[in-house]
Amino acid sequence: MSDHAFYLWGAYGVTFLLLLLEIVFLLKRKRETKA
Amino acid sequence: MNWFWYASPQTFDPLAGRMAPWFAAAAAALCAAGLYVGFFVAPTDAQQGEVYRIIFIHVPAAWLSMFIYVVMSCWAALGLAFNTRLSGMMASALAPTGALFTAIALWTGSLWGRPTWGTYWVWDARLTSELFLLFLYLGFIALQAAIDEPRRADRAGALLAIVGVVNIPIIHYSVVWWNTLHQGASVSMTRAPTMAAQMLAGMLLMALAFWMYSIAVTLVRVRCIIRERQG
Repeated sequence: MSDHAFYLWGAYGVTFLLLLLEIVFLLKRKRETKA
Repeated sequence: MNWFWYASPQTFDPLAGRMAPWFAAAAAALCAAGLYVGFFVAPTDAQQGEVYRIIFIHVPAAWLSMFIYVVMSCWAALGLAFNTRLSGMMASALAPTGALFTAIALWTGSLWGRPTWGTYWVWDARLTSELFLLFLYLGFIALQAAIDEPRRADRAGALLAIVGVVNIPIIHYSVVWWNTLHQGASVSMTRAPTMAAQMLAGMLLMALAFWMYSIAVTLVRVRCIIRERQG
């Protein structure tokens, strides 16, 4: 596991970070369109 | 239910608002279940060890990258054929999420390739056609952003989306038509699965989670587009 931890957690970390960023930007856009 | 009633942006807007939270909740629940199965139920792979668990995000992201493009081009074609406003808005709302899943598929594939193939990237048919899909998404988004008048932007984007859909069968069959470093299809409708049932279950749960997530964010985004165009 330790040999490949960088690859495994790098894949999961970036994936969920990107999904989170999409949600954050989308909610910001939603607030702006309501204003 | 009269489906044509919801073809208008004004009537679709409140429906999308009611549906989005349910799809978001389904995505969260399926993602939690998929990650649990993927990390705690599915066994360690005999050859690759733990790093194979990238499959639980890589394959679903790759499926969604292609599926979203097909749905986007269908909406685009509907818009061209019937000149419906909602169709262009739906195509525009799908593109960023499709691009995101394509980028995720490429990123996770690259990180999986290094320990298993010995390289992050190789210009084989599967990887190159998936990269081309990312360029198609980005081209669609850039083209729409470059045209001020929304209906003209929809039509221009629709043409690109429809022409680009030819890349989807190329991605899918690339591992059959050419000799690629990338392995063949993980799951086939015509033969029994070649992986452990728990692995398959984890992968399908994550695919469903990504699917529900895509619907939820697309519904929220299309509501933003509707309001921006009304503005």
